[in-house]
Amino acid sequence: MSFLELQNITKIYPNGTKAVNETSLNIENGEFVVFVGPSGCGKSTLLRMIAGLEDITSGEIVLDSNIINNIDPSERDVAMVFQNYALYPHMTVYNNMAYGLKNRGISKQEIENKVNDAAKLLEIDSYLERKPSMLSGGQRQRVAMGRAIVRNPKIFLFDEPLSNLDAKLRNQMRLEIKKLQRQMGVTSIFVTHDQTEAMTLGDRIVVINNGIVEQVGTPKEIYSKPNTKFVAEFIGSPQMNIFNCKIDNGTAKIDNHSINLDKSVNNDDASIGIRPDDIQISDSGSITCKANLVEYLGSDMIIYSSLGDQEFSCKLSSKIDVKAGNEFKFDIQPNLVHIFDNSSGKRLD
Amino acid sequence: MKFKPVEILSHIVLILGVLLMVLPIWYSFATSTHENVAIMTEGMKFFLGESFSQNYNEVLNEKGGWSEEVTAAKMFINSFIMAFGIATLKVVISAMSAYALVYFRFKLAVPIFWLIFITLLVPLEVRIFPSYKIVSDLGLTNTYTGLILPLVASATATFFFRQFYKTIPDELLESAKLDGANSWRFFIDFLLPLSKTMLAAMFIFMFVYGYSQYLWPLIMTTDEKYWTVVMGMKIIFTENYEGVALPRTGERFAYIILSMLPPVLVVIILQRWFIKGLIQTEK
Repeated sequence: MSFLELQNITKIYPNGTKAVNETSLNIENGEFVVFVGPSGCGKSTLLRMIAGLEDITSGEIVLDSNIINNIDPSERDVAMVFQNYALYPHMTVYNNMAYGLKNRGISKQEIENKVNDAAKLLEIDSYLERKPSMLSGGQRQRVAMGRAIVRNPKIFLFDEPLSNLDAKLRNQMRLEIKKLQRQMGVTSIFVTHDQTEAMTLGDRIVVINNGIVEQVGTPKEIYSKPNTKFVAEFIGSPQMNIFNCKIDNGTAKIDNHSINLDKSVNNDDASIGIRPDDIQISDSGSITCKANLVEYLGSDMIIYSSLGDQEFSCKLSSKIDVKAGNEFKFDIQPNLVHIFDNSSGKRLD
Repeated sequence: MKFKPVEILSHIVLILGVLLMVLPIWYSFATSTHENVAIMTEGMKFFLGESFSQNYNEVLNEKGGWSEEVTAAKMFINSFIMAFGIATLKVVISAMSAYALVYFRFKLAVPIFWLIFITLLVPLEVRIFPSYKIVSDLGLTNTYTGLILPLVASATATFFFRQFYKTIPDELLESAKLDGANSWRFFIDFLLPLSKTMLAAMFIFMFVYGYSQYLWPLIMTTDEKYWTVVMGMKIIFTENYEGVALPRTGERFAYIILSMLPPVLVVIILQRWFIKGLIQTEK
């Protein structure tokens, strides 16, 4: 039995919107799981149902062998970090962290020890007497984490906690969250719409779209073998190139080019996907295209081009000399191609 | 330091405004320190006289009324009890009903809110007969409860608290829930401290409202023990003094000056809190 089990969870809002649809998921003890998906896909709703802030329409949530559907949020033993931190503005940092412990009737001495330990761990011990309004964004973020840590919960829930920080701080906090989670070994669920955050943080990633789990897997599995067209396009930057095509006995026809896929697939309405960095440019390449636009990124560059009327991009080392307007030649390796059925969106190979 | 013409102009306007507010009060105060004969013969005074202690002493301690027992000091105490009771209960009840309206999403919350709001259209003066009937049926005439109770429901304060609570982000409530705060604790530990400024402001308004009530205490009290300051203003020191028909203008002005003090004190005490709250936006 897994540490946290979601069994056929469905959430329908009173206005009829189906936010989460028959979702089942098992999360092991100590795992760092990331829910990722576009905004409005139901990932936050799912998290809030685990926290107990949202009623469950149907299905069961089992935490540590107990069904927690009807248990009060404060008794579920979960801690949550909110997007806007939700610090208590009228309390000092110390009291922000101590408040939950006080409500549990823990002795003053023990509260002090716990808060001080957490503050030291997060390097906020010199601001304990300040109010949240006197802290910077990064410091507030730490206080919010501290508030979760002192409670020593079974699960940490993070609801897009980094989205209010600037890019540099975001990267730094991302690393720290990961380090902290490793160090404490607490099961964590992290919700984000940012695929970089998802890839770097998660032991496993759950890709959600329209209230449905599209794929669950390690970052590597998700990146190298996306189950659906949606996952393929959502994960990876720049986005995966998708070509609509007819596949006839393992050969894809795009425009007037034929690409051998090395697989016995027949499909009239399919698409093939290839990541921009999997396109290999060489003088001996069999396909010739014109570069419409070239973006220089320092070590890399991105070439935007089109095959027939379908646009695509390729990412390659900026040492190669291709300028906008130039023609270039490339090959598509069959083993790097992903094949999807257009009507179901599912992977075909 | 050089001033721009605009600054000079705005200062002149401000100074004129201050004078407009303060001069009448000073005028009354100066007059209240003169003997009645002097006021009678020479009119109101602009400079201080010598009867300050005599006039104010008489005002506070002289027994008056038909029973010859009620003093101005007693009326001040009555007014204070009434205003304090009204202000405190109004603030507490409004804050709690606004809490119920905003956070407990029961079915009829919106119609109920509008029902409360509509009571603004029926002030006490309009419903004075039914209100009197109820209070007298309950046997509350000539009691402090009777003076205070019919005035403690406040649509205005409920409205202000409701608007304020609506600006508090939902995450705060959710976070508090996860921290084990029940609805009562959330109210005490979060909403009250966050609305400190609001509480102070409402208390000031409601205190002044309660203090300046005239019609209700006039109808409610037949026993002079429960007279209030504002009632007294009409009644006290109107009788002739030692058989000579000399208006006791000095004492009456002293009485007016004294009657202004309690609200002013409340404002002065609470405004620190009030302004502190305004400067330190804690949201």
